[in-house]
Amino acid sequence: MEQPGQATGPESWGRYPRGDQPAVGLAWADDPLPNGGPVLAYGMGRSYGDSCLNADGPLLLTRSLRRFIAFDADTGVLRAEAGTSLGEVTELVLARGWLPPVLPGTQFVTLGGAVANDIHGKNHHRAGSFGRHLRALGLRRSDGSVHTLRPGEALFDATVAGLGLTGLITWVELQLERVPGGWVKTEAIRFRSLEEADAVDELSRDTHAYTVAWIDGLARGRRLGRGVYFRGNLVEGPGRPPRRPVPRNVPGEAPGFLLSPLALRAFNALYDHLPRWRSRTSVWKFFHPLDALGGWNRLYGRRGFFQHQSVVPDIEGVRALLAVSSTTGQGSFLSVLKRFGSLSSPGMLSFPRPGWTLALDVPNRGEGTLACLEQMDAVVRTYGGAVYPAKDARMSAETFRLGFPRLDEFSAHVDPGFRSRFWARVMG
Amino acid sequence: MSSPRRVLILGATSGIAQAVARAYAASLARLALVARSREHLATVAADLAVRGAEVVLQRSADLCELERHRALVGEAEAALGGLDVVLIAHGVLPDQRAAQEDPRRAVASWDVNFVSAATLMEAAAERMAAAGHGTLGVLSSVAGDRGRADNYVYGSAKAALTAYASGLGHRLRASGVTVVTIKPGPVDTPMIAGRALNPRLVADVDVVGGRIHRALERGERVVYVPGKWRWIMAVLRALPVRLFERLKL
Repeated sequence: MEQPGQATGPESWGRYPRGDQPAVGLAWADDPLPNGGPVLAYGMGRSYGDSCLNADGPLLLTRSLRRFIAFDADTGVLRAEAGTSLGEVTELVLARGWLPPVLPGTQFVTLGGAVANDIHGKNHHRAGSFGRHLRALGLRRSDGSVHTLRPGEALFDATVAGLGLTGLITWVELQLERVPGGWVKTEAIRFRSLEEADAVDELSRDTHAYTVAWIDGLARGRRLGRGVYFRGNLVEGPGRPPRRPVPRNVPGEAPGFLLSPLALRAFNALYDHLPRWRSRTSVWKFFHPLDALGGWNRLYGRRGFFQHQSVVPDIEGVRALLAVSSTTGQGSFLSVLKRFGSLSSPGMLSFPRPGWTLALDVPNRGEGTLACLEQMDAVVRTYGGAVYPAKDARMSAETFRLGFPRLDEFSAHVDPGFRSRFWARVMG
Repeated sequence: MSSPRRVLILGATSGIAQAVARAYAASLARLALVARSREHLATVAADLAVRGAEVVLQRSADLCELERHRALVGEAEAALGGLDVVLIAHGVLPDQRAAQEDPRRAVASWDVNFVSAATLMEAAAERMAAAGHGTLGVLSSVAGDRGRADNYVYGSAKAALTAYASGLGHRLRASGVTVVTIKPGPVDTPMIAGRALNPRLVADVDVVGGRIHRALERGERVVYVPGKWRWIMAVLRALPVRLFERLKL
């Protein structure tokens, strides 16, 4: 049943870089760690680049560490093994009036991954990042020590957003958010420019818990910056909470021509003219739009794709980034814009910070794509922003260092028995 | 709402057993759990309790101690207040090469995968037949349908187990007890992690758990999970030996 001639083992979401990746399954949190080079935990493989891959040693597959440990339906405190997915948490707690306090675009991320990347959601301006809602973490180090980490401790601050490099996160205790029901009252507002987006956001930040914008990544000139702004609030729904949907899978890899600039242009234009009005949406659909089509990453074919997600302090930086991406012919299916709030995270390498974050998906077309992405990095550096390691497969050591001023403080906490391909690349 | 289902799971810490137990927990079943490691069993029991199950018994036991079987089943029956479902799910996947070279290893794996499972079925069947009621599920494997070069030590024990379950079901046909033989293909559990398998052939453990739960509740007699394996194995079994031996499987 082996597949000769193909890269084997776990992949990252962007399917770049690829290579033979050895892996070892963990059945229990206290299983012995394998020998044979530094290790790295791998959950559901939703990191886009190489931060979830290992350079020289095996990955530790954590998805079997997915047992709940305790849940108090009165206080909303939940403790679960780190391989438990956010979707599994939502499924358990929603019926009892709770929701994870931060939800990303997909439900298929583990709690450990949510901690290690200090993920954010559409409510960042209200709730901050995932790391703010943690009460405690279990961490195993390669020296055999086992730690219970709590906010305020240095190793906790290193482990939150620590890219899995401080050891194996074994369990997570989290404060859930009380919610009225499983539904979101949603509004979609078209905007023609980034100024308009900025103005709509200004009006929505205090009135809406969830905000995000979709940007036409291919529009140039006068149309640059047009898109649709989504905002919503949780509301009570009819009777029982919405059921967890089962995603339909993409049948196979896409043929390359689907991704030609022309097809992208048509796709974008269509999306822009679709009616997007729906007064009430289930939390599953609202928070996890990426899950509508399972395995969509394979639409980018064998060569994979990049996501470039950055944060820049002001909207002029976004304009400069869009100018680069729209003129280099490196089109983007999906460009997402969101304004972060000012709530800070304990994580030393936390990505969210005040400003605008822009995420673009770019198919891998080789050198030209890499050059375009490096140009975008240059814009980020100029504006004093940062590129998100969870999405990255190619940023330079310099870009990384400039974006994360607490890097040296963090490095002191890295477990020598843990390493990722990302870390080997940017730290040498 | 009807009264909770009373379910005994032996080998409750195996990956597939955990998934079946999760499905039962979601329907608020009452569970008795037996496994070798006390710590792992406690971890699993806590999870199932959070998911809605009432866990009335946790026992750590080495199921190769055959003389304990009757007492274990009796204890679970008393704790649960009767047995609606018994699932026998313990097993090991021996390294084929090591087991074919060292008879002690082969025998040790047969003791777990066949001997202890068969005698345990008999012990459970005795109690259930006395009550005139119940479903007895046993985890066999598609590997038991035809011996293949790379896992026939394992497959032969599962073949024996399948035959045993068939005979037991036959014997119990009028007793009110239904025997369900469960034949999973490769499932995404720690048991097969690290093996080079075509990912398209490896099933999601929760899909498998849900399917087994349904089969037990419906009293299906022989169930392949996922269902496509019924047809794959029908073809493989029908192949002439000379052709079969040429396949690289």
